[in-house]
Amino acid sequence: MATVFFFYLFSLVAIASAILVITARNPVHSVLFLILCFFNAAGLFILMGAEFLAMILVVVYVGAVAVLFLFVVMMLDVDFTELRSGMLNYLPVGGVIGLILLVEMAALFGTWVVPQDLIAHTAAPVASTAQNTRALGEILYTKYVFFFQTAGLILLVAMIGAIVLTLRHRTGIKRQVIADQVARSPATAVEIKKVQPGQGI
Amino acid sequence: MTNLSPLLQILVYVAISLAFVVAVLVSTAVLIYGERKIWAAVHMRRGPNVVGPWGVLQPFADLLKFLLKEPVIPDGANKGVFVLAPFVSAFMALAAWAVIPVNNNWVVGNINVGILYLFAVSSLGVYGVIMAGWASNSKYPFLSALRAAAQMVSYEVSIGFVLVTVMLCAGSLNISDIVRAQDGRYGMFSWYWLPLLPMMVVFFISALAETNRPPFDIVEAESELVAGYTVEYSSSMFMLQFLTELVAVLTMSAMTATLFLGGWLPPFDVAPFTWVPGVVWFLIKSWGVVFLFSMTKAIVPRYRYDQLMRLGWKVFLPISLFWVALTAGVLVTMGWLPK
Repeated sequence: MATVFFFYLFSLVAIASAILVITARNPVHSVLFLILCFFNAAGLFILMGAEFLAMILVVVYVGAVAVLFLFVVMMLDVDFTELRSGMLNYLPVGGVIGLILLVEMAALFGTWVVPQDLIAHTAAPVASTAQNTRALGEILYTKYVFFFQTAGLILLVAMIGAIVLTLRHRTGIKRQVIADQVARSPATAVEIKKVQPGQGI
Repeated sequence: MTNLSPLLQILVYVAISLAFVVAVLVSTAVLIYGERKIWAAVHMRRGPNVVGPWGVLQPFADLLKFLLKEPVIPDGANKGVFVLAPFVSAFMALAAWAVIPVNNNWVVGNINVGILYLFAVSSLGVYGVIMAGWASNSKYPFLSALRAAAQMVSYEVSIGFVLVTVMLCAGSLNISDIVRAQDGRYGMFSWYWLPLLPMMVVFFISALAETNRPPFDIVEAESELVAGYTVEYSSSMFMLQFLTELVAVLTMSAMTATLFLGGWLPPFDVAPFTWVPGVVWFLIKSWGVVFLFSMTKAIVPRYRYDQLMRLGWKVFLPISLFWVALTAGVLVTMGWLPK
């Protein structure tokens, strides 16, 4: 009973906030609604007994990714009324693209048949007594560790690529060298002068 | 409690949670008074000494003052977010206490992923700051919000790695199990402060940054940003934000005590120590860490923003990453991995 109640609560709020993400006029409000949506998705995960995934969703998406979103959206001074002004011009193109995607999805999922014996062919059968953190760990880091490492490497390459593309070496700018700053002693940093009265240095 | 009817069970949980919240809020009042006395002692002043005997009623006088003042919402503020922000911060700060065990089996929510929950909730506290800073529609709060966002994300990373080393040693994500895993033959020398000493130092300093405490209080540096994100707040909404910071300090201290100082465990498993109830040991350890927080505020000057970022990304991140690899390597090669 309580599970059903919370399922409808979480899913309703998630859908409502997802709609508000795209309809809110203020981009910061959009991000805040996105965060609410993530939270409710985490709640749905908990209802399914996937507490590890729920916590990771909150830590990674809400705790880190959405903070950076918010950071960027707050910093950008974009006039969104101006951005929206061309909406009617772009609506036909966007609508056609959306329609094509919808038809493709319908064609794909409309013909999708789930095999009857799917449950017998799951990749790694997990003991029902195992906690889902342990089960996920065994699958991801033990059974499929090389795929996991490869995925990590691909992300690393993408990250290095992004850094290389944006890195500029400018000449003639002063940089802080912390070691030099720490290595300064009174002998090299301070000069003591004896000032005679009425003379100055 | 399993044989109670569901409704009664819910009522019992509500009562326990309320008791926890009240205990945390009373601790906050003690914290306000204690910290001011500690700073005063370091500065060779008297500190609060007017309201009540030795000034002990000062926090309650402050509370009344906050409640009786007029709440002001600035004209240009984004009203909904402005009002919501302090409640978000207060909610997140108090929610963390749901999974902290103060004694064996004395915990509101004994969940499997307790440590992840604690990590998630403590990292969400930043939303209160960001929302308050943005919604105030004012320059200093806004700069403060940007600083808070960058600072929290930076130090969360090293806190995460510290938690990973603790989880590796304990073999569980349940906080009570982590405390039980520290219950070894050598008493207080089996607690994780000894094998994971560098990580405890990293955790303590990151906790200072995560709670915006000096020397990392650049979010509300009064010499540059007046009071940061709280500039436009007044009355009870300011009080909530003020309270949130103090509750966050208590949470981080309790976390340090639980993860590294053995939580409710007595220092040695022999007669005079075992007579003392576990909750007293937990309180002694937590308040010891709180004392360290206060002393840091009293004696350490504030960091510059670039120094803060450098410390987080170039010093703590490599150290904690190295320790994760080292801990995992040692545990595997010595066969000490927890079952």
